[in-house]
Amino acid sequence: MTPKVKTTDRIPSQNLRQYAGKLLLQNEIPPELASHLTQIPSIKRKVLYHECQRCGNQKKFLFGTIPCAKCKKLHLYCRNCVEMGRVMACEPLYYWSDEDSIWTSYDSPLSWKGTLTDTQQKASDQLVAAIIEGKKEFLIWAVCGAGKTEMLFQGIEAGLKLGKRICIATPRADVVRELKPRIQEAFQKVPVQALYGGSEDKEGSSQLIIATTHQLRRFYQTFDIVIIDEIDAFPFHNDESLPFAVNRAKKERNTTIYLTATPRQNLRLRLALKKLPHTFVPVRYHGNPLPVPTLKICYSLKKSLRKQKIPKILLEWITNRKNQSRQLLVFVSSIKLTKDVKIFLQNCLASQLGVIVSVHSEDEQRVEKIELFRNKNIDVLVTTTILERGVTFPSVDVVVLDAGHAVFDEAALVQIAGRAGRSADDPTGDVIFLHDGKTDAMVQAVHSIRAMNRRGGFSL
Amino acid sequence: MNCLWCHEELIMEVNWSNVTFPTKVQRICEICEKELVLLSGNRCRRCSRETESDVCNDCLWWENYHQGKDVIEYNYSVFQYTSHIQDIIAKWKYRGDYELGHIFEKTFYQHFQQTFKEIKNAVAVPIPLSSERIQERCFNQASMLTAFLPVRKLDILSRVHGEKQSKKTRQERISSENPFILHQTLNNPVILVDDIYTTGATLRHAARLLKKAGCTNVYTYTLVRG
Repeated sequence: MTPKVKTTDRIPSQNLRQYAGKLLLQNEIPPELASHLTQIPSIKRKVLYHECQRCGNQKKFLFGTIPCAKCKKLHLYCRNCVEMGRVMACEPLYYWSDEDSIWTSYDSPLSWKGTLTDTQQKASDQLVAAIIEGKKEFLIWAVCGAGKTEMLFQGIEAGLKLGKRICIATPRADVVRELKPRIQEAFQKVPVQALYGGSEDKEGSSQLIIATTHQLRRFYQTFDIVIIDEIDAFPFHNDESLPFAVNRAKKERNTTIYLTATPRQNLRLRLALKKLPHTFVPVRYHGNPLPVPTLKICYSLKKSLRKQKIPKILLEWITNRKNQSRQLLVFVSSIKLTKDVKIFLQNCLASQLGVIVSVHSEDEQRVEKIELFRNKNIDVLVTTTILERGVTFPSVDVVVLDAGHAVFDEAALVQIAGRAGRSADDPTGDVIFLHDGKTDAMVQAVHSIRAMNRRGGFSL
Repeated sequence: MNCLWCHEELIMEVNWSNVTFPTKVQRICEICEKELVLLSGNRCRRCSRETESDVCNDCLWWENYHQGKDVIEYNYSVFQYTSHIQDIIAKWKYRGDYELGHIFEKTFYQHFQQTFKEIKNAVAVPIPLSSERIQERCFNQASMLTAFLPVRKLDILSRVHGEKQSKKTRQERISSENPFILHQTLNNPVILVDDIYTTGATLRHAARLLKKAGCTNVYTYTLVRG
């Protein structure tokens, strides 16, 4: 919806909406508007380092020096966020303060007609209370497949009723793509925009926005409510510039909601110290426990992968699966391996398994392939960790090949195990970690899955 | 120091030869460097294209176009136009990541020494950008490349604003009007420097002006053979 703007005569009568709350470069705004926007320095000099005011970069090697032809001086520019347009030390950043704009207060924006389970409802009520009270932070810790998105609906509704501007941020573009239709479906009267690298929506002018955390670099003190989904996912937890961007995109008075299935150390510490209000949802929406992974050792695993053979133990497991009609999701550690594993599965088991396809982050057809797998047109999908979280397939068995590899940390393994048994029609699923030596991550993952099941009232 | 392309940390080997005679340092890691492919094997004597024949058909066409005597003596290019170098150049030129140009510094210098060292009194002239384009990009990539070379650099050309070369077809490039203006005459041999040689039309526009103004020989030195 269009924010109502107190327009003075001085500001040219242009569509200002698209600049509301944005942090912009000089070449992104029409020149006649420049004098009406607030200017802030683009690269700040601190005592021992410089800081890019758009992306928060402080690393010396990610600043370059350029002999600028415009100002005829040698000065810095930021190399970290150069893909979004270059931040030059000689040009300020511009923003148009969003404070004067009033967003719509909806009467009953929620058009979703589903119902929540008791545990979901409890969490949802707490969320609504946190939003109405205007709490600073709130964490929803819900196991994989607990129905996190549905739990958000009433919270978002409460925010929209109060006329708040809301952003749902997540580190992964795949998750944004999946969330967009579900959120739009639930809030049919509210315009929703999805922002990620290469998205169709570019403006980012709607009241409810779903965005990757990278895209939040473009915003400045804009959102009343920020919901960060998958807070523990790559690259959010190991790229300092992303929390910087998220923090800056919030208004001074704001509510931040964190969502995760696998909180990392820093969050757990704050939970233990009771510094972070939270709610824990230990049961999946269909009321069944999380599948506990089985660890299978295979001493010659690395050798077989090198020689492009399938370990025998995996062959046996595949042929003796309890439920042969389930699709199979195979996780491997590198892009190169996706192709190799796909080929040798095809050679050995094509007749038994059906269509085998591989997918990875640099695959141009990745979106289509994931869609085909979801529609059961593909029987086996070999993938890297890109599918570890945020995606739902109704009925799958999961294999992790070489679970000891460093890319599979505890959070990743718990998330991967959480891909199985997500639908009410087939609430169980086998999860196999194939390894050539247990790692702490594997043991911890199994341990925390068991712990979550216990908290959910299952004695496994 | 870190690799300019993948940001991996670079660890320099320290030995007697580079302590006593410091050389130009490589600013890119070995893995990224391996993906840059040098032009090799049999190539066209005129334009550096990899081909079996002595002079390729395009160059024969140019010779014919200029009534039997091409305006450039020859072009020398360093790298093949792979998708990897295409990515680097796009980020360097269009996104404006100036520092990336230093990836090519060492190789561009070395190949210049191998190829153009013999030419006496040569001056290097970078292909200019129009003033509109330079306002937009804040630096000229050809000028940056020229600065890596151990010869006198002269900015004696300027350019009238027009559409980007990369958006035009071959026919359009050849038939387009000469966009360059020469500000000074000189009678040294000239080495024109640019980032990409695609059809050779741009470089020949500039060469024609220089020749008319009395330059003895015009050579062109480019980073990539498109």
